[in-house]
Amino acid sequence: MDLSFSEKDFMFREEVREFIRTEYPGDLRRKMKQGKEFAKEDFLCWQRVLYNKGWAAPSWPVEYGGTGWSATQRYIFQEELGQAATLNILPFGLKMLAPVLMAYGSDYQKGYFLPRILTGQDWWCQGYSEPGAGSDLASLRTSAVKDGDEYVVNGSKTWTSFAQWADWIFCLVRTNSMVKKQAGISFLLIDMKTPGITVRPIITIDGMHEVNEVFFDNVRVPIKNRVGEENMGWTYAKTLLSHERTGTAEVPRSKYGITSLKKNARKHISNGKSLLEDEYLSNKLAQLEIDLLALEYSDLRVLSDDFLGKKGTGAEPSILKIKGSEIQQRVTELALEITGYAGFSSLGGPLPMESNAYPTGPGFGFGAGSEYFNMRKSTIYGGSNEIQRNIIAKTVLGL
Amino acid sequence: MDFSFSEEQELYRATVSRFIQNQYGLEARQKIVNSDLGMSRENWQQFADLGLLAIPFAEEYGGLEGSAVDTMVVMEEFGRGLVIEPYFETVIFSGGILSIGGSNEQKQQYIPRIISGECIFATAFAESQSRYNLADIKTTAKVRNGGFILNGKKSVVWAGPWADYLIVTARTSGSQFDEKGVSLFLVDKNSEGISLKNYPTIDGGRASEISFENVELSDESLLGHIDDGFDLLEAAVDRARAAICAEAVGAMKALHETTLDYVKLREQFGVPIGNFQVIQHRMVDMLIAYEEAVSITYMATLHLDHPVEERQKSVSAAKAKIGQSARYIGQEAVQIHGGMGMTDELNVGHYFKRLTMIDVSLGNQDYHVRRFADLTQ
Repeated sequence: MDLSFSEKDFMFREEVREFIRTEYPGDLRRKMKQGKEFAKEDFLCWQRVLYNKGWAAPSWPVEYGGTGWSATQRYIFQEELGQAATLNILPFGLKMLAPVLMAYGSDYQKGYFLPRILTGQDWWCQGYSEPGAGSDLASLRTSAVKDGDEYVVNGSKTWTSFAQWADWIFCLVRTNSMVKKQAGISFLLIDMKTPGITVRPIITIDGMHEVNEVFFDNVRVPIKNRVGEENMGWTYAKTLLSHERTGTAEVPRSKYGITSLKKNARKHISNGKSLLEDEYLSNKLAQLEIDLLALEYSDLRVLSDDFLGKKGTGAEPSILKIKGSEIQQRVTELALEITGYAGFSSLGGPLPMESNAYPTGPGFGFGAGSEYFNMRKSTIYGGSNEIQRNIIAKTVLGL
Repeated sequence: MDFSFSEEQELYRATVSRFIQNQYGLEARQKIVNSDLGMSRENWQQFADLGLLAIPFAEEYGGLEGSAVDTMVVMEEFGRGLVIEPYFETVIFSGGILSIGGSNEQKQQYIPRIISGECIFATAFAESQSRYNLADIKTTAKVRNGGFILNGKKSVVWAGPWADYLIVTARTSGSQFDEKGVSLFLVDKNSEGISLKNYPTIDGGRASEISFENVELSDESLLGHIDDGFDLLEAAVDRARAAICAEAVGAMKALHETTLDYVKLREQFGVPIGNFQVIQHRMVDMLIAYEEAVSITYMATLHLDHPVEERQKSVSAAKAKIGQSARYIGQEAVQIHGGMGMTDELNVGHYFKRLTMIDVSLGNQDYHVRRFADLTQ
């Protein structure tokens, strides 16, 4: 067992650092520092920089524009992005749809969509959850009925992140309601400009607009935009869910989060002492950091196929997701504890920004409340942690 | 031993409960929250007409001589309704300081106007560096002939935007952390030299950052004795802490009920999710956490007039415990509601946000566990 980096790995790390130092847009750095909201153009701008370097899709095969990096290099890359707190490129096109297209897409779909995903030309959103189909996703009811060489889609999707910016949506739809629910689902690619699609914003408890409801009213979708075979969508979607085996743990982000917590606690002088010297708080910080270390090494073991007794049950991402999301929540929880009253100012929300566009108390507390509320989503999305535990119980323990 | 409520207390509960049921649904509340003012003057006048603003004050000033248990009942119901109007800030907190430490003249001048609904009060005690230390005060009040000159900045003054009067903590002697040298002043918000930056808080309320620049105060504005305001402040803050514990209890009850209804209604995998044991056990643990919160809030409220150390110990025990259960119940309610719990459209998130703010307010869990430990070692 040896986890030390090779000379080549160190050189690679330097290259990544240098790239981020010189190429990461200063605008985005400033926005992050000031706690400002990111716009669609910000995501696209960063993706273009990565694309120009050839680094937009490290996990893709080289023939589609991947980097051909080793697992260690991919790890280093993520680690450096996390340390530098760069903007997270959203996963919908690059990490969620692309692997499905590569595995099951037609030549047309691969040839047309993959390059546009890589450059960021198309913004994708995900149409899975429905008002009546959350944890029980397979019970989804949005229907697609064949009519000539088109499907006619009716129904609604919910919790659709950034649908307001999307050019396309990949959807699970019901094409057969006479069979077992998993067996009647198809995977469709739908142009958001198609007549009959409406997007309704959902404002979340942090006052932000990230998620939406998407309604389909007799939306006509060419059959050539179905991925793979009819009624096989569930199988494809499951492949998609287990494709990203790591990264769901968000270790580098949480590492950066803990570094910021310490920095802020050190700056916060209370009773003439730095908060970092407060043993109650420093205890909690240490406990969090210990848990993150364990998670980091679990993440590495999964990456090296040495987890759960090498059985490779497919439940590894579930474990990483549970621990990773809990740790992300604890980071925001502690951030709020550290900022105290200063986290009370409401960021965003239905009131005009100018009414609250300045920090209260110590500047770093700005938005701590909103971030704490926002991060409650992490144990709910992507299959709630309850569902992840069900998966582990079933697949690993045979219960 | 008797845990029952008096007829009067039941009447208060019924009164507030009816008001919330008829006039303070989520939609009505959010309309108020999102209005320019951020509170409803009509509701405030209604509280006055119903006698709620008079409860804790002495009869000679027009009050009802109510006990801490009386206001506890009201605060609990306000917690259930997520009431935004500044009852806590005006009647409990500032009103508490006035009742405990005000002179006869001051009480005569201000309490009847609180009771009638004419004026709103806010207490400006926190500073950006002070965290939960009530004695960490940089704001100064210098004596000059016939009065004081107030200089400094106060942070996160709840209800600041609505207030007509402020009770301000300032240093008349000593250095930054000294308890000796803290004095309290009753200040007209329209005085020259006061400027406010108002903003919404994460729970839908409003607060202000307030700066005082050479604000001239008369001798009559001093509340209690010069340099000896700390004990008065702490006594009032302990009463305020007990009151927000009660508010949290009401919010937790509503949140548990709402979540229980949801798990009975929401179907996944062909059955209500309440059929799953993983949900059942969590609903049970939330219920137990709620009942513990009720118990410890009663305990603290009944000790408010006990000797100082007992009062401090009891209040800190309650506030620490409430912080814990508020966070636990709030987080679980959101989680069990899933995505729906994350939306602004359900009351769940609004309860969660108010409970989060109560956890942090007037000392978080760490602060009160430490205060309890210091007092019991």
